[in-house]
Amino acid sequence: MKQTVTLDRVTKFMGLGFLMTIKSLFTGDLDKEGFRNFLRKVVVPIASIFLFIGLWHMGAKSLYNIEADYKIEKALTEQGQEAADVMKACIASGDISCQPNTLPSPAQVWESYRSLLRDHQIIKADKDAFAEKTATLNAKRIAEGKDPITYTGRPSFVDQILTSLKTVFAGFLLALVIAVPIGVIIGLSKTLRSSVNWLIQIFKPVSPVVWLLLVFMIVKTLTKDSNSDSAFIISFISVGLCSMWATLVNTAMGVASVDKDYINVAKVLKLGPVQKVFKVILPSSLPLIFTGLRITLSVAWMVLIAIELLAQSPGLGSFVWEEFQNGAVDSNSKIIVAMFVIGGIGFLLDRIMLTIQNAISFNKTSGI
Amino acid sequence: MISNTIHNDLVIENGIAFHEDVMLDLKHLKKVYPTPKGDYVVLEDLNLQIMKEEFVTIIGHSGCGKTTMLSMIAGLNEISGGNISVLGRHIKGPGPDRGVIFQAPSLMPWMTSLQNVMLGVNQVFPHATKSQRNDIAKYYLQKVGLEDAFHKKASDLSQGMQQGVGIARAFAIKPKVLLLDEPFGMLDSLTRGELQDILIEIWNKEKITAVMITHDVDEAIFLADRVVMMTSGPKAKIGDILNIDFERPRTRKSVLEHDDYYKYRKHLIDFLEH
Ligand SMILES: Nc1ncnc2c1ncn2[C@@H]1O[C@H](COP(=O)(O)OP(=O)(O)O)[C@@H](O)[C@H]1O
Ligand SMILES: [Mg+2]
Repeated sequence: MKQTVTLDRVTKFMGLGFLMTIKSLFTGDLDKEGFRNFLRKVVVPIASIFLFIGLWHMGAKSLYNIEADYKIEKALTEQGQEAADVMKACIASGDISCQPNTLPSPAQVWESYRSLLRDHQIIKADKDAFAEKTATLNAKRIAEGKDPITYTGRPSFVDQILTSLKTVFAGFLLALVIAVPIGVIIGLSKTLRSSVNWLIQIFKPVSPVVWLLLVFMIVKTLTKDSNSDSAFIISFISVGLCSMWATLVNTAMGVASVDKDYINVAKVLKLGPVQKVFKVILPSSLPLIFTGLRITLSVAWMVLIAIELLAQSPGLGSFVWEEFQNGAVDSNSKIIVAMFVIGGIGFLLDRIMLTIQNAISFNKTSGI
Repeated sequence: MISNTIHNDLVIENGIAFHEDVMLDLKHLKKVYPTPKGDYVVLEDLNLQIMKEEFVTIIGHSGCGKTTMLSMIAGLNEISGGNISVLGRHIKGPGPDRGVIFQAPSLMPWMTSLQNVMLGVNQVFPHATKSQRNDIAKYYLQKVGLEDAFHKKASDLSQGMQQGVGIARAFAIKPKVLLLDEPFGMLDSLTRGELQDILIEIWNKEKITAVMITHDVDEAIFLADRVVMMTSGPKAKIGDILNIDFERPRTRKSVLEHDDYYKYRKHLIDFLEH
């Protein structure tokens, strides 16, 4: 029983309370109220997923038909009846050379998902084999002080995801390291706040693209004669700069709006400035700082894709872009797979932040 | 008790008191709040002397300037004119010699009750050992009946318990003057009674000069050696002072059954109704 209670609290805490309802369905302790909850939290969402897939399927089908009709029509007007018949037969046969290029159906996307996973297995096996083959050679090279030979093959979809995650975390950390201290300093001083406000207001709405170009100009010069991974550096710095504003503003706001009573307590006790900041001001603004960090992480993830796409740095963004330019039969469905992966990871990151936020804040907020 | 009566007689009969017996001295105190519609004079030429080991309660209509006066004594609100001295010295800003119990408990909600009390104790007794400071904090928390809640988060305590921690925090820093601004105003009457008893019990032991604002006439009589009545603003000052000559330690029952109780009560209510 006790275990159930703690599990219940943990899942609620993470905003995944519906898991408990599913559990109680299996353990059988579901009362009337619980049943209504079950309907609302489990049945309805699942039904809506099916509805979504159904609508998508029908939409994709009708788009497919429009595209197919257009192709046949075009063959008819440009090359005559015979070509139109050939085209019709070709489309019906499912030959990839003449498939209408449009929104893929759920089934196609699922198939692409599986093929991406298969592809990953193959590449992974290849990589492992490579590592095994070069193990002794690399050990020798390292002993001789030379760089080891690295695998330079094509990255798999999973590799791209990991790269993107790495970049987004680097960017997020950068944002945290820059925005929190500056936010605290700005929040402490009213004069400073009003004097840098214009700067923040101007930089905040600047598009990720511009940040990328700015960072590119600087990093390109700075890394001219080093062989470091400049694409990675450029993209994570741009991500950090784009996304840090929410944290900066929230931190400053949190610090500036500490409850006057707490400040009075600090004054009466004559706390020194360091104690005042660390014992009173920072803890009391932590909830707002974390709200800021949560926004920062979701913005970081959102702009990351665009920045990778533009900076040509490896990751999900360039995956999407390459698939789009590639124009293979399953490119469209691979893009949709990437879309779901991007959305899913974004959702997970947000849940993680919400969990930390709830653990840290003293007035509990329930997540949305 | 006898000494208290002597002080009070001195104040009333001669208008002056021996300097060494005066803990808190408000002279020609003035407070002006600038407002968009011009300056608003809340207090003007307010004079009040409070003796060592005295418990004074202050009543007055809402908005007359009680909080303003108390926060000026605490050093949290600037003085526009006149001066305030503690043991003959003009105050300059806030300090732990004047402990404050605010209307809202004002605990740091992310700290435990012990940590909240320790925040002040660490500051006031920096040379004591860690365990000595811990003992001080725990002693006062136990005095307010929170021996089971040392390690509870302040935000997890009830309003009454939070105010109890507030009382412990204020006494633990051993101030010269204790300033209380309607500390029980937000509590239900049962909890209020309990905390009044706790407060007066600790006070009986420590005899820290106390100034407490209240809007509850019975509370004012039960706790005080003198009840100070403020006139309505603007330009509020001291309207009247009533000596409460009940023996200490008092019990609620003995106070209520005392012959003078209704006389005192009538005096205060008559003042408030005019
Ligand atoms: N910071 C302020 N600025 C302007 N007016 C104020 C300020 N604080 C209090 N006042 C005004 O001063 C008067 C006295 O307030 P206060 O001391 O809080 O009264 P009380 O505690 O007796 O109810 C009220 O009329 C209030 O509106
Ligand atoms: Mg008030």
